Amino acid sequence: MLEIKDIHKAFGELEVLRGVNIHVDKGEVVAILGPSGSGKTTLLRCANFLEKADAGTLIFDGEEFSLNHISKKEIARIRRKTGFVFQNYNLFRNKTALENVTEGLIIGRKMPKTQAVEIGKRALEKVGLSDRCDYYPSQLSGGQQQRVAIARALAAEPEIIYFDEPTSALDPELTGEVLSVMRQLADEGMTMLVVTHEMGFARNVSNRVIFMEHGKVVEEGNSKEFFANPREERTREFLRTISGHMGSAD
Amino acid sequence: MIDQRLFEILVDSFGKILIPGLTITIPLTAISFSIALVIAVATAMVQFANVKVLKQIARFYVWVIRGTPLLVQLFVVFYGLPNVGIIIDPFPAAVLVFSINEGAYCAETIRAALEAVPAGQMEAGQCVGMTYLQVMRRIVLPQALRTAFPTLSNSLIAMVKDTSLAANITVVEMFMTTQQIVARTYEPLALYIEVGLIYLLFCTILTKIQRAGEKRLNTYGV
Repeated sequence: MLEIKDIHKAFGELEVLRGVNIHVDKGEVVAILGPSGSGKTTLLRCANFLEKADAGTLIFDGEEFSLNHISKKEIARIRRKTGFVFQNYNLFRNKTALENVTEGLIIGRKMPKTQAVEIGKRALEKVGLSDRCDYYPSQLSGGQQQRVAIARALAAEPEIIYFDEPTSALDPELTGEVLSVMRQLADEGMTMLVVTHEMGFARNVSNRVIFMEHGKVVEEGNSKEFFANPREERTREFLRTISGHMGSAD
Repeated sequence: MIDQRLFEILVDSFGKILIPGLTITIPLTAISFSIALVIAVATAMVQFANVKVLKQIARFYVWVIRGTPLLVQLFVVFYGLPNVGIIIDPFPAAVLVFSINEGAYCAETIRAALEAVPAGQMEAGQCVGMTYLQVMRRIVLPQALRTAFPTLSNSLIAMVKDTSLAANITVVEMFMTTQQIVARTYEPLALYIEVGLIYLLFCTILTKIQRAGEKRLNTYGV
């Protein structure tokens, strides 16, 4: 359902993406792993046009788009079928939890308010926050804010949700509640592309793992296999250094 | 020190000064400041959104207006423009100059406040299917105006007092009225203090409104 071909992106002199190819099938949960600066976040941001790639192709739902030459209208059309969850939540600070979820539906999609509120309440219920509808982001914990952000992404019934290190800004005791919501989504068949440092999630929830370094894909494969028998020496080394973090969220 | 005569002058003049305060100074301030805010939001937004050409015009506007005295601007419009056939009545001329002048200062306030809104707010808005302008109007600008509110209140309070400069282009506002009474009674010390106190009264009320406004805007924390 999603394919990115030969994407390139540089920030000035620094080449962040050097010809990356990835694909995500419908219903699949794909985790992107890699050390800091490997380009994984940039890849996700380019996929949703938050950054403009220098070159590359996006195939979304069978339609082909150029990643560096695309109209605003087409971007809007693709974004309507995607959800994006940010590392630092980016909830609208001047809106309540419920308004955060309904804003895009009412303003962006011109949905009648009553219908949007109904969907919004259902989405918040799904992430276990139906009692926090009228709270402002500043009144919620990080974990709650991220769950509202997931509800916001869910509300529009996207075909895929991108997660950009969704638990990296959270205290360790709060990551669990976010990961369990993500696991629930995965179980329900949501297509997800997740940049993460949570090895437990990558191993146990995702179907496939993509390991990136220096703007390239080093290795990818079925997650069980990836963790059990990594093929590349670089992957083994990476898994050894982060093995201290393994085992959470399983 | 305050004899019977002076006391009567002060009491008698209080109403005479207050009336142009209510009919000229306050409307002049209110109208000019409202227009200034519109100019400021537009000027700040074209700079923030990096709109070609308009951004240069906005910068030029702010540069010229902030770099020249308000009094000079008033004179150029009221005494200068008739030379090229543009004759504007005193009050509209004052509104024009105060709006344009204040707009430049408030534009900088609002631009700074817009830049203080995290970029993630715009990104999140666009990711949930809103257009740039929709996110601007619903998410970014409300947050920026809230940040800018105390500084804008400050500008408004400063403007109440600056309207006294309109006396120089024959607008009969509070200060000019006071000058006329002084010319008649020759009690400059008492009367100028009196008009000063009336300005202080106006500004005190505005300060109270500012406090209440800040409290109201404080609903969502952060």
